[in-house]
Amino acid sequence: MPVVEYKVPENIDAAVSMLSNTKLSTKVMAGGTDLIIQSRAQSSDPLVVIDIKHIDSMMTAAIVDGGLHLGPSMSCAQLTARNDIKAIYPGLVEAAYLIGSTQVQGRCSVGGNLCNASPAADTIPALIVNGAECVIHGPKGERTVAAEDFAVGVGRNCMEQGELLTRIQIPAPAAKTSDAYLRFIPRTEMDIAVAGAAVSVTLDADGTCTAARVSIGAVATTALLVTEAADALIGTKLDDAALNAAAAAATAASKPITDRRGTIEFRRHVVGVLTRRAAVIAAQRAKEK
Amino acid sequence: MSEAKQYKYIGTRSIRPDGFDKVTGRANYGADMSLPGMIWGKILRSPHAHAKIKSIDTTKAEALAGVLAIASYNDFPSVADEVVATGEGSSNLLDLANNILAKDKVLYHGHAILAIGARTAAIAEQALGLVEIEYEVLKPVLDVNDAMAADAPVLHDNMFTQGLAETPTKASNIAARQEFKMGDVEAGFAEADLIVERDFYTPTVHQGYIEPHACTARYDADGQSMLWCSTQGHFDVRASTAKLLSLNLNRLKVIASEIGGGFGGKTTVYLEPVALILSKKSGRPVKMIMDRDEVFKASGPGSATRNWVKIGAKKDGTITAMQALLHYEAGAFKGSPVMMGCMTAFTPYAVPNMYVEGYDVVVNKPKVAAYRAPGAPQAEYAAEMVVNEIADKLGIDPIDLRLQNAAKEGTQTIYGPKLKAVGLVECLEAAKNSPQYQEALKENQGRGVAAGFWFNVGGQSSVTLNMNPDGTGTIVEGSPDIGGSRASMQLMAAEELGMPAENLKPIIGDTENVAFSAGTGGSRTTFATGMAVIEAAQDVVRQLKERSAAVWNLTADQIEYAEGETFSGDNRMTVAEICAGAERTGGQITGRGNINARGAGPSFAVHLCDVEVDKDTGKVDVLRYTAVQDAGKAIHPSYVEGQLQGGAVQGIGWALNEEYVYSADGHMENAGFLDYRIPLASDLPMIDAIIVEVPNPFHPFGVRGVGESGIIPPLAATAYAVSQAIGLPITDLPCSPPNVLKVIQDNA
Amino acid sequence: MAKIHVNTSINGEVVEFLCEPYETLLDVLRNDLQLTGTKEGCASGDCGACSVTVNDALVCSCLVLGVEAEGAEIGTIEGVSNKDQLHVIQQKFLEHAALQCGICTPGLVVSTKKLLEENPNPTEEQARYYLAGNLCRCTGYDKIIRAVMDAAETMRGAA
Repeated sequence: MPVVEYKVPENIDAAVSMLSNTKLSTKVMAGGTDLIIQSRAQSSDPLVVIDIKHIDSMMTAAIVDGGLHLGPSMSCAQLTARNDIKAIYPGLVEAAYLIGSTQVQGRCSVGGNLCNASPAADTIPALIVNGAECVIHGPKGERTVAAEDFAVGVGRNCMEQGELLTRIQIPAPAAKTSDAYLRFIPRTEMDIAVAGAAVSVTLDADGTCTAARVSIGAVATTALLVTEAADALIGTKLDDAALNAAAAAATAASKPITDRRGTIEFRRHVVGVLTRRAAVIAAQRAKEK
Repeated sequence: MSEAKQYKYIGTRSIRPDGFDKVTGRANYGADMSLPGMIWGKILRSPHAHAKIKSIDTTKAEALAGVLAIASYNDFPSVADEVVATGEGSSNLLDLANNILAKDKVLYHGHAILAIGARTAAIAEQALGLVEIEYEVLKPVLDVNDAMAADAPVLHDNMFTQGLAETPTKASNIAARQEFKMGDVEAGFAEADLIVERDFYTPTVHQGYIEPHACTARYDADGQSMLWCSTQGHFDVRASTAKLLSLNLNRLKVIASEIGGGFGGKTTVYLEPVALILSKKSGRPVKMIMDRDEVFKASGPGSATRNWVKIGAKKDGTITAMQALLHYEAGAFKGSPVMMGCMTAFTPYAVPNMYVEGYDVVVNKPKVAAYRAPGAPQAEYAAEMVVNEIADKLGIDPIDLRLQNAAKEGTQTIYGPKLKAVGLVECLEAAKNSPQYQEALKENQGRGVAAGFWFNVGGQSSVTLNMNPDGTGTIVEGSPDIGGSRASMQLMAAEELGMPAENLKPIIGDTENVAFSAGTGGSRTTFATGMAVIEAAQDVVRQLKERSAAVWNLTADQIEYAEGETFSGDNRMTVAEICAGAERTGGQITGRGNINARGAGPSFAVHLCDVEVDKDTGKVDVLRYTAVQDAGKAIHPSYVEGQLQGGAVQGIGWALNEEYVYSADGHMENAGFLDYRIPLASDLPMIDAIIVEVPNPFHPFGVRGVGESGIIPPLAATAYAVSQAIGLPITDLPCSPPNVLKVIQDNA
Repeated sequence: MAKIHVNTSINGEVVEFLCEPYETLLDVLRNDLQLTGTKEGCASGDCGACSVTVNDALVCSCLVLGVEAEGAEIGTIEGVSNKDQLHVIQQKFLEHAALQCGICTPGLVVSTKKLLEENPNPTEEQARYYLAGNLCRCTGYDKIIRAVMDAAETMRGAA
């Protein structure tokens, strides 16, 4: 049975209240690009849908002190049109841009991508490498969870009944810092990532990497933060040896499955290739900052 | 025999007459018909790939408010073990009935078992969940090798392999064996300096039409019934449905809606008889639409195959022997197009020694249906890959090797006749001279060449051309228009009548208001229905002359006709004038063409594909593509080009990313457009379409059908290009990134 | 389960309808409002045949709930032509034979119109990527892209 009730809260507190007080399965709907499909599956329970698109703070984004306060439900089409955000976090914006077709972009959101917690979600690795924090409102108040801790399993996130993701906060990056996200798909568009890699690097004046974060997606039940891959880059000028080591670390950390989109061997190999390539792009962008 | 002529209307790029409706959304497709009081039908499908049905209890489902009818196999009045025509082939009626609603065994995941008609689609779906069925689950077989193994679970206990020297007494999954031969292959191989043999695999694929199967049915209390459905052949729908439901043909009217793609997959019936049963039992019109996953799981995909090819050649490039062993998956019921594979595999070659053996094997997958040149792409893929390998090893250009051995007029085919005038040589030369062939390739890039052959068919078409008192006319024909054929009918009639195309409106009649026409398939429409249009137009011209003769007190043979006018000496009358006066000269004028067209000319095709491979990931990028094909005479060049381009892209998808993915227990895992990956606009370059015209001597304008041949060469053109780019042999499709990467890594 | 009463605007006209909460906008358009120009190819956002605009965003109507139309402006294929005048995009599709069976055409016309509003001078690659979510199985996309590029040029010239 699909959607049986549709509610439109006017503010966060009303949304939290609706999410808390119900006997039926209740879910937040932003773009609905995953939720509507899931609700139509034959096995789906009756669903109450809370449409949060009428709450302004959920739908807008602002640069605050050089960092980003992102409304989780803002459509990717609107997010990716924001050149100010793209200038600071090109990797995050390119990850958001990769979700689905133009039509899906008109609806899907970073928050939805995060909360849906698909192992292959494109924005999660990019959020992780940028040190994103997820602000959650619930019946017991507000709490913050690091992006790498938000998804806890396949299709499962860390939120409890009644909780709502209300803001994604990304700190202002240090000077000469930039990011990149690459994913592998068999066609040129439309596919779910077979493997994904996000890299953020900080360079000093002479091109040495002083900080880095690497996150890989679609190769485990959740996106992974791979400190060994980052460590392989830190202190180097991202020469071949460093890049190869980072790639190998990413491959080693991956725990993929074989399914209709790729084999274990393929994913392990390709996530290494993507890590390498994303690191090169991130470094190039960091140099130009 | 038509010589190169200057035509006034044929060969122009007119705006298609149904175009306005199509670009505005006004055209009505299979799911667009609603009737007062209409209810919705939904199908309950097997959750198992192979099982016996032990019991069915529909009590709870029937009790749900809003449920009005249930249909099962028992609702077919009587089903005989006989053959009915379905599109390009034929089906056994018992198999067809069992496929539409399973009798006592389910043979694939998604196999229809029963249908429920209810006030809303939601209620019908809910009711499906209340049906209780007890199954005895059996082990499925999902591959020809597993199906042919001695201890394989058997799908049909009455299947005894046909076509063997002795019919076996033990049932198996091998439905039939075919054999075609010519000359002496052993002697041919003995003469060869080089022999190459390889095994190839192609997966189950789907035609991928964007419009799911859909129909609206109404069974009236007086026994008259109506079906509105998306189909390539409404007369075939009428024939099958009438047989299944024991109706006289004149009691069932079938209206062909506009059709959102077919490619052979809509030449049979799935929903239509079921919708009529529900309508009869509920007393209400019924709409049934397949969901996208039902289309993949339970319509008729194209056969997966395992084919072995062996070819021998002298070092000067003369091919001396060609041999193949083909195994085609039929799906759950017999009838793969393996025979067509046998007949076409080597037909682009004039080689006296050929031997092809083919097996039709059942597996626990949906029953296959025709898919654009059914049977040919898989077999010709294997043959063309080996021909390319031979060219490579002999150091001969792959087009030159084909030119040296090309089938021509007079070439003896393996399946019997000698070819009449054909254009393979011209296509090869056009490919050789094409801009793409002159482009140099860079590192990690490769080029593939391949040829393709399809017979094309003629068959029955009926047309009436009804002239109006103002001299305009309506062409009533019976071929559902999949690709723009109405435009060509309009141009052919205009040419014959010497009148502007806009004066002649082509429409597609239903089974009551146009006489019998075979389905749209087999690349027959522009050829055969076109011939019927021409004949009807000639009939009109004959009558126009007779009417003028009456007015001028002459005999008809003293009258000439050209450019929309009759004339004799100083006498002249326009078509409009003759039609305006028709009442006085004997009544309104209607021309008729009812034919069984013979002399369909085969269409050869030659394609070029250039790719680049990312060796670190196995991803293939198609850089350039050229599709050359012999159209005989292109009536509407844009729609001919469209067939070449569309066939090429389906073939590219088949070569690169399309495949049915199955779990071990026989469930299709990628039954949607997300994971059944057809090519996207962003995946492709422009497709250069080059039309060659070697007229078909048996058509008044020289037409050859073009719809099918274009899907044949791309499999080998693309796969061979990949193998060239990576410097390693490719045998298994698809060339998906994991598969290509594995070939690279296994050989590192 | 009671139906929900929705007030919306479709192609500039005020429209009211009743629908179940689970109906998608596509279901509403086709089954409740008889606007069958928008087509269903997959109901999962993978084919683009159901493309419409909602508050000027290009979306798949199969991934929008009918109730979300409340207070919104919906644009469908039926609103692209102006009475008996085809839009340039529609005219170019016909001239270039950019359709064979035509089932993907309404979605493509709606998407192309939005493309050219956002980017009046797209490159071939940009057009192909923008339209990647509109599947076509008949044409191989060649003539579609030619029609789109030609429409873009004509519309720029007329601007």
